[in-house]
Amino acid sequence: MAKYLLLKHYRGAKEIPCAPMDQWTPEEVEAHLAFMGHVANTFRERGEFVDAQALSPEGTFVRHDGAGKPPVTDGPFAETKDLIAGWMVIDVDSVERAHEAAAFLSSAPGPGGEPINEWIEVRPFLEHTHTDVE
Amino acid sequence: MDAVVRDLTPQVLGVLVRRGADFAAAEDAVQEALVEAVRRWPDDPPDDPKPWLITVAWRKFIDANRRESARRTREVRLHDEPEPGPAEEHDDTLQLLFLCCHPALTPASAVALTLRAVGGLTTAQIAEAYLVPEPTMGQRISRAKRTIADAGVGAPGDLSRVLKVLYLIFNEGYSGDVDLAAEAIRLTRMLRGASDEPEVAGLLALMLLHHARRTARWTEDGALVPLAEQDRSRWDTALITEGVDILQDALAKDRLGEYQCQAAIAALHCDARSTEETDWTQVLEWYDELARLTDSPVVALNRAVAVGEADGPLAGLRALETVPADVPRRVAVEAWLRERVGDTVVAADLYVQAATAARSTAERDHLTKQAARLRHAPG
Repeated sequence: MAKYLLLKHYRGAKEIPCAPMDQWTPEEVEAHLAFMGHVANTFRERGEFVDAQALSPEGTFVRHDGAGKPPVTDGPFAETKDLIAGWMVIDVDSVERAHEAAAFLSSAPGPGGEPINEWIEVRPFLEHTHTDVE
Repeated sequence: MDAVVRDLTPQVLGVLVRRGADFAAAEDAVQEALVEAVRRWPDDPPDDPKPWLITVAWRKFIDANRRESARRTREVRLHDEPEPGPAEEHDDTLQLLFLCCHPALTPASAVALTLRAVGGLTTAQIAEAYLVPEPTMGQRISRAKRTIADAGVGAPGDLSRVLKVLYLIFNEGYSGDVDLAAEAIRLTRMLRGASDEPEVAGLLALMLLHHARRTARWTEDGALVPLAEQDRSRWDTALITEGVDILQDALAKDRLGEYQCQAAIAALHCDARSTEETDWTQVLEWYDELARLTDSPVVALNRAVAVGEADGPLAGLRALETVPADVPRRVAVEAWLRERVGDTVVAADLYVQAATAARSTAERDHLTKQAARLRHAPG
Protein backbone atom coordinates (compact mmCIF):
# COMPACT_ATOMS: atom_id res chain seq x y z
CA MET A 1 0.00 0.00 0.00
CA ALA A 2 1.09 3.52 -0.62
CA LYS A 3 -0.36 6.84 0.35
CA TYR A 4 -1.14 9.57 -2.16
CA LEU A 5 -2.19 13.17 -1.75
CA LEU A 6 -4.95 14.23 -4.15
CA LEU A 7 -4.56 17.97 -4.31
CA LYS A 8 -7.38 20.17 -5.50
CA HIS A 9 -6.14 23.44 -6.98
CA TYR A 10 -8.92 25.97 -7.19
CA ARG A 11 -6.82 27.83 -9.70
CA GLY A 12 -3.21 27.24 -10.52
CA ALA A 13 -0.81 25.82 -13.07
CA LYS A 14 -3.59 23.93 -14.86
CA GLU A 15 -6.63 25.79 -16.06
CA ILE A 16 -10.03 24.46 -15.03
CA PRO A 17 -12.44 24.43 -18.00
CA CYS A 18 -15.45 25.92 -16.21
CA ALA A 19 -16.78 29.04 -14.50
CA PRO A 20 -15.76 29.79 -10.87
CA MET A 21 -18.08 28.35 -8.25
CA ASP A 22 -19.52 31.72 -7.14
CA GLN A 23 -21.27 31.89 -10.53
CA TRP A 24 -23.02 28.54 -10.12
CA THR A 25 -26.59 28.13 -8.89
CA PRO A 26 -27.02 27.04 -5.25
CA GLU A 27 -28.29 23.64 -6.46
CA GLU A 28 -25.17 23.17 -8.57
CA VAL A 29 -22.94 24.00 -5.61
CA GLU A 30 -24.92 21.62 -3.43
CA ALA A 31 -24.66 18.80 -5.97
CA HIS A 32 -20.91 19.41 -6.20
CA LEU A 33 -20.41 19.24 -2.43
CA ALA A 34 -22.63 16.18 -2.15
CA PHE A 35 -20.47 14.47 -4.77
CA MET A 36 -17.33 15.28 -2.73
CA GLY A 37 -18.94 13.56 0.25
CA HIS A 38 -19.85 10.62 -1.97
CA VAL A 39 -16.24 10.32 -3.15
CA ALA A 40 -14.94 10.30 0.43
CA ASN A 41 -17.52 7.69 1.43
CA THR A 42 -16.61 5.51 -1.51
CA PHE A 43 -12.94 5.58 -0.47
CA ARG A 44 -14.00 4.84 3.14
CA GLU A 45 -16.06 1.88 2.05
CA ARG A 46 -13.14 0.52 0.03
CA GLY A 47 -10.78 0.83 3.00
CA GLU A 48 -8.68 3.47 1.23
CA PHE A 49 -9.62 6.69 2.99
CA VAL A 50 -7.05 8.46 5.17
CA ASP A 51 -7.98 12.13 5.33
CA ALA A 52 -9.88 14.91 3.60
CA GLN A 53 -9.67 18.61 4.40
CA ALA A 54 -10.79 21.84 2.82
CA LEU A 55 -8.71 24.99 3.22
CA SER A 56 -9.73 28.57 3.70
CA PRO A 57 -8.68 30.46 0.56
CA GLU A 58 -6.78 33.13 2.46
CA GLY A 59 -3.67 32.55 4.54
CA THR A 60 -0.84 34.51 6.08
CA PHE A 61 2.90 34.22 5.52
CA VAL A 62 4.84 33.98 8.80
CA ARG A 63 8.56 33.86 9.57
CA HIS A 64 11.04 33.89 12.44
CA ASP A 65 12.67 37.27 13.04
CA GLY A 66 15.40 36.54 15.59
CA ALA A 67 15.35 35.32 19.19
CA GLY A 68 12.98 37.18 21.51
CA LYS A 69 11.26 39.03 18.67
CA PRO A 70 7.65 38.42 17.65
CA PRO A 71 7.07 36.58 14.35
CA VAL A 72 6.92 38.65 11.18
CA THR A 73 3.73 38.26 9.18
CA ASP A 74 2.88 39.19 5.63
CA GLY A 75 -0.24 38.89 3.48
CA PRO A 76 -2.92 37.84 2.88
CA PHE A 77 -2.29 38.08 -0.82
CA ALA A 78 -5.45 38.26 -2.87
CA GLU A 79 -3.64 37.79 -6.18
CA THR A 80 -1.72 34.55 -5.52
CA LYS A 81 -1.49 32.64 -8.76
CA ASP A 82 -2.05 29.22 -7.24
CA LEU A 83 -4.77 28.48 -4.74
CA ILE A 84 -5.14 25.17 -2.97
CA ALA A 85 -8.75 24.46 -2.14
CA GLY A 86 -8.27 21.21 -0.26
CA TRP A 87 -7.06 17.66 -0.41
CA MET A 88 -7.77 14.03 0.10
CA VAL A 89 -5.27 11.44 1.26
CA ILE A 90 -5.79 7.84 0.18
CA ASP A 91 -3.94 4.60 0.90
CA VAL A 92 -4.12 2.37 -2.18
CA ASP A 93 -2.60 -0.69 -3.80
CA SER A 94 -1.03 0.93 -6.84
CA VAL A 95 -0.31 4.19 -8.62
CA GLU A 96 -2.89 3.11 -11.23
CA ARG A 97 -5.55 2.96 -8.52
CA ALA A 98 -4.44 6.39 -7.24
CA HIS A 99 -4.93 7.82 -10.73
CA GLU A 100 -8.33 6.15 -11.05
CA ALA A 101 -9.37 7.64 -7.69
CA ALA A 102 -8.15 11.10 -8.75
CA ALA A 103 -10.11 10.88 -12.01
CA PHE A 104 -13.22 9.97 -10.01
CA LEU A 105 -12.70 13.02 -7.80
CA SER A 106 -12.19 15.14 -10.91
CA SER A 107 -15.53 14.06 -12.34
CA ALA A 108 -17.46 16.14 -9.76
CA PRO A 109 -20.47 17.92 -11.29
CA GLY A 110 -20.32 21.66 -12.06
CA PRO A 111 -22.68 24.01 -13.95
CA GLY A 112 -25.55 22.14 -15.57
CA GLY A 113 -24.56 18.97 -13.75
CA GLU A 114 -21.74 18.37 -16.24
CA PRO A 115 -18.46 16.93 -14.88
CA ILE A 116 -15.90 19.70 -14.28
CA ASN A 117 -12.96 17.46 -15.21
CA GLU A 118 -10.67 19.65 -13.13
CA TRP A 119 -6.99 18.72 -12.82
CA ILE A 120 -6.13 16.91 -9.60
CA GLU A 121 -2.47 16.82 -8.62
CA VAL A 122 -1.43 13.35 -7.40
CA ARG A 123 1.63 13.28 -5.13
CA PRO A 124 3.04 10.10 -3.55
CA PHE A 125 3.96 10.28 0.14
CA LEU A 126 7.52 9.50 1.13
CA GLU A 127 7.51 6.49 3.44
CA HIS A 128 8.65 6.86 7.01
CA THR A 129 9.85 3.39 7.77
CA HIS A 130 10.87 0.47 5.73
CA THR A 131 13.27 -2.38 6.02
CA ASP A 132 15.81 -2.21 3.27
CA VAL A 133 17.25 -5.28 1.68
CA GLU A 134 20.92 -4.59 1.02
CA MET B 1 -4.75 -15.15 29.59
CA ASP B 2 -3.86 -12.69 26.81
CA ALA B 3 -1.02 -14.78 25.39
CA VAL B 4 -3.12 -17.97 25.52
CA VAL B 5 -5.99 -16.24 23.75
CA ARG B 6 -3.72 -14.78 21.09
CA ASP B 7 -2.31 -18.22 20.27
CA LEU B 8 -5.66 -19.98 20.38
CA THR B 9 -7.84 -17.49 18.50
CA PRO B 10 -6.52 -18.32 15.01
CA GLN B 11 -6.57 -22.04 15.79
CA VAL B 12 -10.20 -21.94 16.86
CA LEU B 13 -11.08 -19.73 13.90
CA GLY B 14 -9.31 -22.23 11.64
CA VAL B 15 -11.37 -25.12 13.03
CA LEU B 16 -14.63 -23.27 12.38
CA VAL B 17 -13.63 -22.32 8.85
CA ARG B 18 -12.55 -25.88 8.09
CA ARG B 19 -15.90 -27.15 9.33
CA GLY B 20 -17.50 -24.92 6.72
CA ALA B 21 -18.27 -21.64 8.53
CA ASP B 22 -17.78 -18.57 6.39
CA PHE B 23 -15.07 -16.24 7.50
CA ALA B 24 -17.01 -13.34 8.97
CA ALA B 25 -19.50 -15.56 10.81
CA ALA B 26 -16.68 -17.70 12.20
CA GLU B 27 -14.89 -14.64 13.50
CA ASP B 28 -18.03 -13.32 15.16
CA ALA B 29 -18.57 -16.67 16.83
CA VAL B 30 -14.98 -16.81 18.10
CA GLN B 31 -15.28 -13.28 19.47
CA GLU B 32 -18.44 -14.25 21.33
CA ALA B 33 -16.73 -17.34 22.72
CA LEU B 34 -13.85 -15.18 23.94
CA VAL B 35 -16.27 -12.85 25.70
CA GLU B 36 -17.77 -15.84 27.44
CA ALA B 37 -14.30 -17.09 28.37
CA VAL B 38 -13.44 -13.74 29.97
CA ARG B 39 -16.65 -13.96 31.98
CA ARG B 40 -16.37 -17.57 33.09
CA TRP B 41 -12.72 -18.59 33.26
CA PRO B 42 -11.74 -16.54 36.34
CA ASP B 43 -14.20 -18.56 38.51
CA ASP B 44 -14.27 -21.77 36.52
CA PRO B 45 -11.08 -22.28 34.48
CA PRO B 46 -11.29 -25.10 31.90
CA ASP B 47 -8.84 -28.03 32.05
CA ASP B 48 -7.92 -27.43 28.43
CA PRO B 49 -8.84 -23.99 26.98
CA LYS B 50 -8.70 -24.93 23.30
CA PRO B 51 -11.49 -27.58 23.15
CA TRP B 52 -13.52 -25.36 25.46
CA LEU B 53 -13.23 -22.45 23.02
CA ILE B 54 -13.93 -24.64 19.99
CA THR B 55 -17.07 -26.08 21.58
CA VAL B 56 -18.41 -22.70 22.69
CA ALA B 57 -17.49 -20.92 19.42
CA TRP B 58 -19.08 -23.69 17.37
CA ARG B 59 -22.26 -23.49 19.44
CA LYS B 60 -22.34 -19.69 18.99
CA PHE B 61 -21.92 -20.16 15.26
CA ILE B 62 -24.72 -22.73 15.04
CA ASP B 63 -27.00 -20.46 17.10
CA ALA B 64 -26.31 -17.50 14.85
CA ASN B 65 -26.86 -19.65 11.80
CA ARG B 66 -30.18 -20.89 13.07
CA ARG B 67 -31.32 -17.33 13.50
CA GLU B 68 -30.75 -16.74 9.81
CA SER B 69 -33.43 -18.80 8.18
CA ALA B 70 -32.14 -17.87 4.74
CA ARG B 71 -29.11 -20.00 5.42
CA ARG B 72 -31.11 -23.14 6.22
CA THR B 73 -29.56 -25.24 3.50
CA ARG B 74 -26.07 -24.45 4.64
CA GLU B 75 -27.01 -25.32 8.21
CA VAL B 76 -28.06 -28.79 7.14
CA ARG B 77 -24.72 -29.30 5.46
CA LEU B 78 -22.87 -28.10 8.56
CA HIS B 79 -24.62 -30.57 10.82
CA ASP B 80 -23.49 -33.37 8.53
CA GLU B 81 -19.86 -32.31 8.95
CA PRO B 82 -17.94 -34.89 11.02
CA GLU B 83 -16.10 -33.88 14.18
CA PRO B 84 -12.41 -33.29 13.50
CA GLY B 85 -9.92 -35.92 14.55
CA PRO B 86 -6.96 -34.91 16.73
CA ALA B 87 -4.49 -35.28 13.84
CA GLU B 88 -6.09 -32.39 11.96
CA GLU B 89 -5.77 -29.90 14.78
CA HIS B 90 -2.32 -28.47 14.14
CA ASP B 91 -3.19 -27.71 10.52
CA ASP B 92 -6.06 -25.38 11.35
CA THR B 93 -4.01 -22.23 11.85
CA LEU B 94 -2.08 -23.06 8.73
CA GLN B 95 -5.23 -23.46 6.68
CA LEU B 96 -6.45 -20.13 8.00
CA LEU B 97 -3.18 -18.51 6.90
CA PHE B 98 -3.61 -19.89 3.38
CA LEU B 99 -7.20 -18.67 3.31
CA CYS B 100 -6.09 -15.16 4.31
CA CYS B 101 -3.69 -15.16 1.34
CA HIS B 102 -6.52 -16.05 -1.05
CA PRO B 103 -5.72 -15.27 -4.72
CA ALA B 104 -8.83 -13.07 -5.01
CA LEU B 105 -7.32 -10.56 -2.53
CA THR B 106 -4.93 -7.72 -3.30
CA PRO B 107 -1.65 -7.94 -1.36
CA ALA B 108 -2.72 -5.11 0.97
CA SER B 109 -6.00 -6.83 1.82
CA ALA B 110 -4.27 -10.17 2.38
CA VAL B 111 -1.78 -8.47 4.69
CA ALA B 112 -4.51 -6.80 6.76
CA LEU B 113 -6.59 -9.96 7.03
CA THR B 114 -3.60 -12.12 7.95
CA LEU B 115 -2.61 -9.76 10.75
CA ARG B 116 -6.17 -9.68 12.06
CA ALA B 117 -7.20 -13.32 11.74
CA VAL B 118 -3.93 -15.22 12.12
CA GLY B 119 -1.80 -12.67 13.96
CA GLY B 120 -4.61 -11.81 16.36
CA LEU B 121 -3.79 -8.09 16.26
CA THR B 122 -6.66 -5.67 16.81
CA THR B 123 -7.95 -3.54 13.97
CA ALA B 124 -6.68 -0.48 15.89
CA GLN B 125 -3.16 -1.92 16.08
CA ILE B 126 -3.09 -2.75 12.36
CA ALA B 127 -4.45 0.71 11.52
CA GLU B 128 -1.74 2.30 13.64
CA ALA B 129 0.98 0.21 12.02
CA TYR B 130 -0.14 1.27 8.53
CA LEU B 131 -0.92 4.87 9.53
CA VAL B 132 -4.55 4.87 8.42
CA PRO B 133 -7.71 5.62 10.44
CA GLU B 134 -9.18 2.65 12.30
CA PRO B 135 -12.51 2.62 10.35
CA THR B 136 -10.52 2.48 7.08
CA MET B 137 -8.62 -0.59 8.25
CA GLY B 138 -11.88 -2.08 9.56
CA GLN B 139 -13.43 -1.66 6.11
CA ARG B 140 -10.39 -3.13 4.39
CA ILE B 141 -10.63 -6.23 6.58
CA SER B 142 -14.37 -6.73 6.19
CA ARG B 143 -14.13 -6.25 2.43
CA ALA B 144 -11.40 -8.89 2.35
CA LYS B 145 -13.66 -11.30 4.25
CA ARG B 146 -16.53 -10.61 1.84
CA THR B 147 -14.24 -11.15 -1.14
CA ILE B 148 -13.24 -14.55 0.21
CA ALA B 149 -16.85 -15.45 0.97
CA ASP B 150 -17.85 -14.51 -2.60
CA ALA B 151 -14.92 -16.29 -4.21
CA GLY B 152 -15.52 -19.42 -2.14
CA VAL B 153 -12.99 -21.11 0.09
CA GLY B 154 -12.29 -23.78 -2.51
CA ALA B 155 -9.13 -22.15 -3.82
CA PRO B 156 -6.91 -20.96 -0.98
CA GLY B 157 -3.64 -19.16 -1.73
CA ASP B 158 -0.61 -21.19 -2.68
CA LEU B 159 2.58 -21.27 -0.65
CA SER B 160 4.44 -18.68 -2.71
CA ARG B 161 1.60 -16.23 -2.13
CA VAL B 162 1.65 -16.87 1.62
CA LEU B 163 5.41 -16.29 1.69
CA LYS B 164 5.00 -13.06 -0.28
CA VAL B 165 2.41 -11.76 2.20
CA LEU B 166 4.65 -12.62 5.17
CA TYR B 167 7.57 -10.92 3.42
CA LEU B 168 5.47 -7.77 2.84
CA ILE B 169 4.53 -7.68 6.53
CA PHE B 170 8.19 -8.06 7.51
CA ASN B 171 9.26 -5.25 5.19
CA GLU B 172 6.84 -2.82 6.75
CA GLY B 173 9.09 -2.75 9.82
CA TYR B 174 7.58 -1.05 12.80
CA SER B 175 5.80 2.14 13.78
CA GLY B 176 4.02 2.94 17.01
CA ASP B 177 3.94 0.04 19.43
CA VAL B 178 3.32 -2.60 16.79
CA ASP B 179 6.42 -4.39 15.57
CA LEU B 180 5.34 -5.91 12.27
CA ALA B 181 8.78 -7.35 11.52
CA ALA B 182 8.63 -9.32 14.78
CA GLU B 183 5.04 -10.33 13.98
CA ALA B 184 6.09 -11.58 10.53
CA ILE B 185 8.87 -13.63 12.13
CA ARG B 186 6.39 -15.12 14.62
CA LEU B 187 4.00 -16.12 11.82
CA THR B 188 6.79 -17.51 9.63
CA ARG B 189 8.09 -19.58 12.56
CA MET B 190 4.58 -20.97 12.98
CA LEU B 191 4.40 -21.78 9.26
CA ARG B 192 7.77 -23.51 9.43
CA GLY B 193 6.51 -25.64 12.31
CA ALA B 194 3.88 -27.01 9.94
CA SER B 195 5.71 -27.09 6.60
CA ASP B 196 8.94 -28.77 5.49
CA GLU B 197 9.21 -26.65 2.34
CA PRO B 198 12.78 -25.30 2.16
CA GLU B 199 11.53 -21.90 0.92
CA VAL B 200 9.62 -21.43 4.20
CA ALA B 201 12.87 -22.01 6.08
CA GLY B 202 14.65 -19.76 3.58
CA LEU B 203 12.25 -16.90 4.25
CA LEU B 204 12.54 -17.37 8.02
CA ALA B 205 16.35 -17.34 7.75
CA LEU B 206 16.23 -14.21 5.58
CA MET B 207 14.03 -12.43 8.12
CA LEU B 208 16.22 -13.42 11.07
CA LEU B 209 19.42 -12.37 9.29
CA HIS B 210 17.93 -8.97 8.47
CA HIS B 211 16.36 -8.55 11.86
CA ALA B 212 19.74 -9.25 13.47
CA ARG B 213 21.11 -6.08 11.87
CA ARG B 214 18.11 -3.88 12.54
CA THR B 215 19.47 -1.75 15.39
CA ALA B 216 22.67 -1.05 13.43
CA ARG B 217 20.75 0.03 10.33
CA TRP B 218 19.39 3.26 11.78
CA THR B 219 20.82 6.05 13.92
CA GLU B 220 18.88 7.07 17.00
CA ASP B 221 17.28 9.94 15.09
CA GLY B 222 16.15 7.69 12.26
CA ALA B 223 18.87 8.27 9.65
CA LEU B 224 19.86 5.41 7.40
CA VAL B 225 23.25 3.75 8.03
CA PRO B 226 24.51 1.96 4.89
CA LEU B 227 25.87 -1.56 5.28
CA ALA B 228 29.49 -0.43 4.87
CA GLU B 229 29.23 1.97 7.81
CA GLN B 230 27.22 -0.17 10.23
CA ASP B 231 28.66 -0.90 13.66
CA ARG B 232 28.84 -4.67 13.28
CA SER B 233 29.30 -5.21 17.01
CA ARG B 234 25.65 -4.22 17.33
CA TRP B 235 24.45 -7.08 15.15
CA ASP B 236 22.56 -9.74 17.09
CA THR B 237 24.85 -12.77 16.88
CA ALA B 238 22.29 -15.17 18.42
CA LEU B 239 19.78 -14.34 15.64
CA ILE B 240 22.52 -14.66 13.02
CA THR B 241 23.50 -18.11 14.32
CA GLU B 242 19.88 -19.22 14.30
CA GLY B 243 19.32 -17.83 10.80
CA VAL B 244 22.43 -19.54 9.41
CA ASP B 245 21.46 -22.89 10.99
CA ILE B 246 17.96 -22.72 9.53
CA LEU B 247 19.37 -21.76 6.12
CA GLN B 248 21.84 -24.66 6.13
CA ASP B 249 19.06 -27.13 6.88
CA ALA B 250 17.05 -25.67 4.02
CA LEU B 251 19.93 -25.74 1.53
CA ALA B 252 20.65 -29.37 2.44
CA LYS B 253 17.30 -30.31 0.89
CA ASP B 254 18.69 -29.22 -2.45
CA ARG B 255 15.55 -27.45 -3.66
CA LEU B 256 16.80 -23.92 -4.18
CA GLY B 257 14.45 -20.93 -4.29
CA GLU B 258 14.49 -17.13 -4.18
CA TYR B 259 14.27 -16.78 -0.41
CA GLN B 260 17.07 -19.27 0.21
CA CYS B 261 19.29 -17.33 -2.24
CA GLN B 262 18.51 -14.02 -0.58
CA ALA B 263 19.14 -15.53 2.84
CA ALA B 264 22.47 -16.92 1.63
CA ILE B 265 23.50 -13.42 0.51
CA ALA B 266 22.39 -11.97 3.85
CA ALA B 267 24.36 -14.70 5.65
CA LEU B 268 27.53 -13.78 3.75
CA HIS B 269 27.12 -10.16 4.85
CA CYS B 270 26.52 -11.25 8.45
CA ASP B 271 29.60 -13.44 8.31
CA ALA B 272 32.02 -10.60 7.43
CA ARG B 273 33.62 -8.21 9.88
CA SER B 274 33.67 -5.41 7.27
CA THR B 275 32.67 -4.75 3.64
CA GLU B 276 36.31 -5.30 2.65
CA GLU B 277 36.29 -8.74 4.26
CA THR B 278 32.98 -9.69 2.63
CA ASP B 279 33.26 -12.61 0.23
CA TRP B 280 31.92 -10.65 -2.73
CA THR B 281 32.76 -13.39 -5.21
CA GLN B 282 30.41 -15.75 -3.36
CA VAL B 283 27.80 -12.97 -3.02
CA LEU B 284 27.97 -12.55 -6.79
CA GLU B 285 27.57 -16.29 -7.34
CA TRP B 286 24.40 -16.24 -5.26
CA TYR B 287 23.09 -13.29 -7.26
CA ASP B 288 23.74 -15.29 -10.43
CA GLU B 289 21.67 -18.15 -8.93
CA LEU B 290 18.96 -15.69 -7.97
CA ALA B 291 18.94 -14.15 -11.47
CA ARG B 292 18.41 -17.63 -12.93
CA LEU B 293 15.38 -18.16 -10.64
CA THR B 294 13.73 -14.80 -11.24
CA ASP B 295 13.87 -12.23 -14.02
CA SER B 296 13.33 -9.42 -11.50
CA PRO B 297 15.08 -6.20 -12.58
CA VAL B 298 15.65 -5.43 -8.87
CA VAL B 299 17.80 -8.54 -8.64
CA ALA B 300 19.72 -7.40 -11.73
CA LEU B 301 20.30 -4.04 -10.02
CA ASN B 302 21.56 -5.61 -6.78
CA ARG B 303 23.73 -7.93 -8.83
CA ALA B 304 25.38 -4.88 -10.44
CA VAL B 305 26.35 -3.69 -6.93
CA ALA B 306 27.91 -7.07 -6.20
CA VAL B 307 29.78 -6.96 -9.53
CA GLY B 308 31.06 -3.51 -8.57
CA GLU B 309 32.44 -4.91 -5.31
CA ALA B 310 33.79 -8.17 -6.75
CA ASP B 311 35.24 -7.00 -10.09
CA GLY B 312 35.51 -3.22 -9.70
CA PRO B 313 33.26 -0.25 -10.50
CA LEU B 314 33.82 -0.32 -14.29
CA ALA B 315 32.55 -3.89 -14.43
CA GLY B 316 29.68 -2.79 -12.17
CA LEU B 317 28.75 -0.01 -14.61
CA ARG B 318 28.78 -2.51 -17.48
CA ALA B 319 26.47 -4.81 -15.52
CA LEU B 320 24.22 -1.83 -14.84
CA GLU B 321 23.74 -1.21 -18.58
CA THR B 322 21.36 -4.19 -18.79
CA VAL B 323 19.16 -2.84 -15.95
CA PRO B 324 16.11 -0.91 -17.25
CA ALA B 325 16.21 2.84 -16.57
CA ASP B 326 12.97 2.92 -14.57
CA VAL B 327 14.05 0.45 -11.87
CA PRO B 328 13.86 2.20 -8.47
CA ARG B 329 17.29 3.06 -7.00
CA ARG B 330 19.10 2.45 -10.29
CA VAL B 331 20.34 6.06 -10.32
CA ALA B 332 21.59 5.73 -6.72
CA VAL B 333 23.60 2.65 -7.71
CA GLU B 334 25.02 4.44 -10.74
CA ALA B 335 26.02 7.39 -8.53
CA TRP B 336 27.84 5.03 -6.17
CA LEU B 337 29.70 3.30 -9.04
CA ARG B 338 30.63 6.64 -10.70
CA GLU B 339 32.02 7.86 -7.40
CA ARG B 340 34.18 4.75 -7.17
CA VAL B 341 35.51 5.36 -10.68
CA GLY B 342 36.52 8.85 -9.49
CA ASP B 343 33.89 10.73 -11.48
CA THR B 344 32.75 12.81 -8.48
CA VAL B 345 31.04 15.64 -10.37
CA VAL B 346 28.78 13.28 -12.31
CA ALA B 347 28.28 11.18 -9.16
CA ALA B 348 27.10 14.20 -7.14
CA ASP B 349 24.55 15.10 -9.83
CA LEU B 350 23.32 11.52 -9.90
CA TYR B 351 22.93 11.46 -6.11
CA VAL B 352 20.75 14.59 -6.33
CA GLN B 353 18.69 12.97 -9.09
CA ALA B 354 18.34 9.80 -7.00
CA ALA B 355 17.25 11.81 -3.95
CA THR B 356 14.44 13.38 -5.99
CA ALA B 357 13.13 9.92 -6.86
CA ALA B 358 13.60 8.44 -3.35
CA ARG B 359 10.58 6.71 -1.87
CA SER B 360 11.28 7.33 1.80
CA THR B 361 12.50 10.31 3.81
CA ALA B 362 15.43 8.31 5.23
CA GLU B 363 16.56 7.35 1.73
CA ARG B 364 16.15 10.89 0.40
CA ASP B 365 18.14 12.38 3.29
CA HIS B 366 20.88 9.80 2.92
CA LEU B 367 21.27 10.46 -0.82
CA THR B 368 21.21 14.24 -0.33
CA LYS B 369 24.04 13.91 2.19
CA GLN B 370 26.06 11.86 -0.32
CA ALA B 371 25.73 14.65 -2.89
CA ALA B 372 26.69 17.26 -0.28
CA ARG B 373 29.72 15.19 0.80
CA LEU B 374 31.04 14.94 -2.78
CA ARG B 375 30.47 18.61 -3.57
CA HIS B 376 32.32 19.72 -0.45
CA ALA B 377 35.10 17.15 -0.64
CA PRO B 378 38.62 18.68 -0.48
CA GLY B 379 40.35 18.94 -3.89
